[in-house]
Amino acid sequence: MNEKKARTTILRIRRGTSKRAGRFDDFEVAYEDGMSVLDGLRWIRANLDSTLAVRYSCINANACKTCMARVNGRVDYTCMVKLTPGVITVEPLPKRPLIRDLVTDIVPDEEKL
Amino acid sequence: MQQLSSDVVIVGAGGAGMYAAIAAARGGASVILLDKSLVGRGGATVMAQMTVAAALGQQEPDAWTIHLEDTLRAGRGLCNEELSALLCQEGPKRILEMEQWGTRWAREEGHIKQEMAPGHSRKRCCYVDFLNTGPAVAATLRRKVGEIQEIRRISNIAVIEILVKDGRASGAVGLHVADGELVMFHAKAVILAAGGLTKLYARNSASANMGGEAYALALWAGAELVDMEFVQFFPIGHLAPRLVGMDPIMWDPFRYKLGGKLLNGRFEEFVDRYGGEDFGKYTAMRDLAAYAILKEVEAGRGTPHGGAYLDFRHVLERDLRVAFGPVIDRLLANGIDLTTTPVEVGPMAHYHMGGVRVNANMETRVEGLYAAGEAVGGANGANRLSGNAITEAFVFGARAGAGAADFSRRAELRREILPARGAFEGLEALSHGGAKEKRTPAALQAELQNLMWEHSGPFRTGEKLTQALRHIKQMQQEDLPNLRLPQASVFNLDVQDWFELRAMLTTAETVVIAALARTESRGAHQREDFPDSDEALLKNQVMEIKSGRVATRWTAPVRLQQNGAGHE
Repeated sequence: MNEKKARTTILRIRRGTSKRAGRFDDFEVAYEDGMSVLDGLRWIRANLDSTLAVRYSCINANACKTCMARVNGRVDYTCMVKLTPGVITVEPLPKRPLIRDLVTDIVPDEEKL
Repeated sequence: MQQLSSDVVIVGAGGAGMYAAIAAARGGASVILLDKSLVGRGGATVMAQMTVAAALGQQEPDAWTIHLEDTLRAGRGLCNEELSALLCQEGPKRILEMEQWGTRWAREEGHIKQEMAPGHSRKRCCYVDFLNTGPAVAATLRRKVGEIQEIRRISNIAVIEILVKDGRASGAVGLHVADGELVMFHAKAVILAAGGLTKLYARNSASANMGGEAYALALWAGAELVDMEFVQFFPIGHLAPRLVGMDPIMWDPFRYKLGGKLLNGRFEEFVDRYGGEDFGKYTAMRDLAAYAILKEVEAGRGTPHGGAYLDFRHVLERDLRVAFGPVIDRLLANGIDLTTTPVEVGPMAHYHMGGVRVNANMETRVEGLYAAGEAVGGANGANRLSGNAITEAFVFGARAGAGAADFSRRAELRREILPARGAFEGLEALSHGGAKEKRTPAALQAELQNLMWEHSGPFRTGEKLTQALRHIKQMQQEDLPNLRLPQASVFNLDVQDWFELRAMLTTAETVVIAALARTESRGAHQREDFPDSDEALLKNQVMEIKSGRVATRWTAPVRLQQNGAGHE
C-alpha cells in the first residue's frame, strides 16, 4: 500500500470585497496526500482565520457544485483539486460579481431575496 | 427589517422541503422556500448516492405491508407504526410521480430495476446510475419547483427562529448570510424540513448543512421531539485514503454486489465473531457491523485511521469494472486502485431516527408548525432500513405540504412583528461578545463534534454521557455568550456559525439526555454499561422544554390499530 506522508503547502488566497483593491494572504497548511483545496480552506477557517469567506455545502461528494473558485489560474471545484507542495493560488471566480474573499454571487436571480 | 409574507414558509430545500413546496402549491398555497445554502443543492438529498426503497413490486412480487414488516423489524419495536405505514404505503406513489417528473430510475426489461439491500426481504431498492440517485432526484425537484409560479425560492437564508404567538406558528426569522441582515417571514403555516443532525459528530457522512437546527427550532417553538437518542452510525463510511467526489457511504452496494471483505488491522475477517451477520449473504443490519468494527478498534486491532479494511482484492478486475462502471476511474483519480489497495472504512454518523414529534399529517403540537423528511422522528424507530430516507423525504414532504396548504386555507395571516426573542438576543450577544473568549464559533463547533463522537457516539456509557452533558452546559452558559465574532458586513460566516452552534448545542443536549435515560442497548443506541435490551424500555422518549429546561418522559409506541401488517 502507498505510504501517505504529511506535507505542507502554502495557500495564497485573494481577500477582500473589491476585485481591484484586494490583497493576497498566505496560509501554511499541513496535509496528507489526497486532501483537497477545500479541505485546506476549511482547515484555515477552523484553525487560523475564521473570517475567510468561502462557499461550500457537500464537502466530499462534488454534488452541491457551489465551491468553485480559480485555483492556480484555472476555474475548478475546490473540492476536486488536490493539495500539492509549493504555493497554490486561490482566487474568486473571475466572471461573477465578488461578494467577499472567495465568495462570488452564484445564486440564480430567481433565488435571491 | 425586510418582511415577506406567504401562506406557507418552508425551512430547508432538500428532498423533503422541495416536495413539500410542490405539494403545498398543488394545494393552492403560496410558498416561500428557504435554504441556508442554495435551493436543492445543500442538505442530505443531493449527497445520497445510494438507493430508495419502495414496494413497487416491479422486480419481484412485493407489497407495502411487507416493506412495513421489514421497517418495523429494523426499528426494534420503537417505530411510530402509523408513520412507518405511511412511508411504506405512499412510497411507491411518490417514486412513480418522480419518474413522471423526469427522474430516470435505472430500468431493465421494461420495469424499474430494484435491488436487494440489507434488512429488506424483497428486491425493492431503486436507484439512478451510477451512484447518482440523490443528485438526480434533487435535479428533478429543483426543476419542478422552478416551474411553479406560487413557489418563491430564496437561497442563503439561515432560519434562526420560528415565530410563535398564542401557541400558533406564524412565521420564521432568517439570517440573510449574504448581507448579515435579519429577515422576517410571515406565514400561516411553517414546515421544518432542515434535515438531521449528523454535523454534531466529528465523523459524519453529511454535508455542512446538518447541524440539527430543525430539532432546536422545533423545541424552542414549543414542539416536542421523540427518540433523540437514536443516531444511526453507518458502519462502513469511507475513512481513508482521502476520497473526494464521492459520498463517503458509497461502499455499501459494492460490498453486497461483489462480496467485499471487512478485515481488521491484521487483515483477519472478524464480523462473524460478533454474531448476527449471515456471512456470504451480506445482510447484516447496519448497527451490528458498526459494533463489530469499533470493538476491533477498541481491542487494538483497528486500521491506521481507526476503522477496518474493506478489501476487494479477491475480485477480478473485470468484475470490478463492470460493477463500479465510471466510479472506478473516479477512485483511480483519488489514487485508489481496488485491485491492489484495500480502503479504510468505519462507523460515522449518517442519519437520525429521532426528530420532531408529529401526527400523520406531519403536524407538531404547535398549531401551524409542520415537519418533513429526516427532521421527523419516529418512522424508523431504533434503526432505519437502508433506502427509507429518501422515501421518507418524498412521502412526508408531500404530506406536510398538503397539510400546511389545507391549514393555511382555514388560518389567517398575522402580519405583526412578533417578539423574535431568540434572534434578537442572539444578535445582542454577538455585539457584546469578545472581551473574554478568543475562540471562534467554528472552533467551538469542532470541540462539540469531538465531544459528541467520543462521549455520545456509537458506544455510550453513563459516565461518558454525564461528562458530555456537563461539557455541553458549560459551552452553552460560558462559551456561547462570550465568543469573539469578527466584524464583516457581508458573508460573515462567523455569525452564521454562531447561530448554528447555538442550535447544535441544544440538539446535542437532547441527544445526550435521551441517551443517558435509556439504560439499555437497542438498535442504534448502544450502552456498554447496559448491553442488553430491556423490555421495560420498549417505549419512546418525548422531549420538550419545560420551565426553561429540556424535560423527557416515556410514552408507549404508536401502534397500528388494524390487524395484519406490522405486528410481530
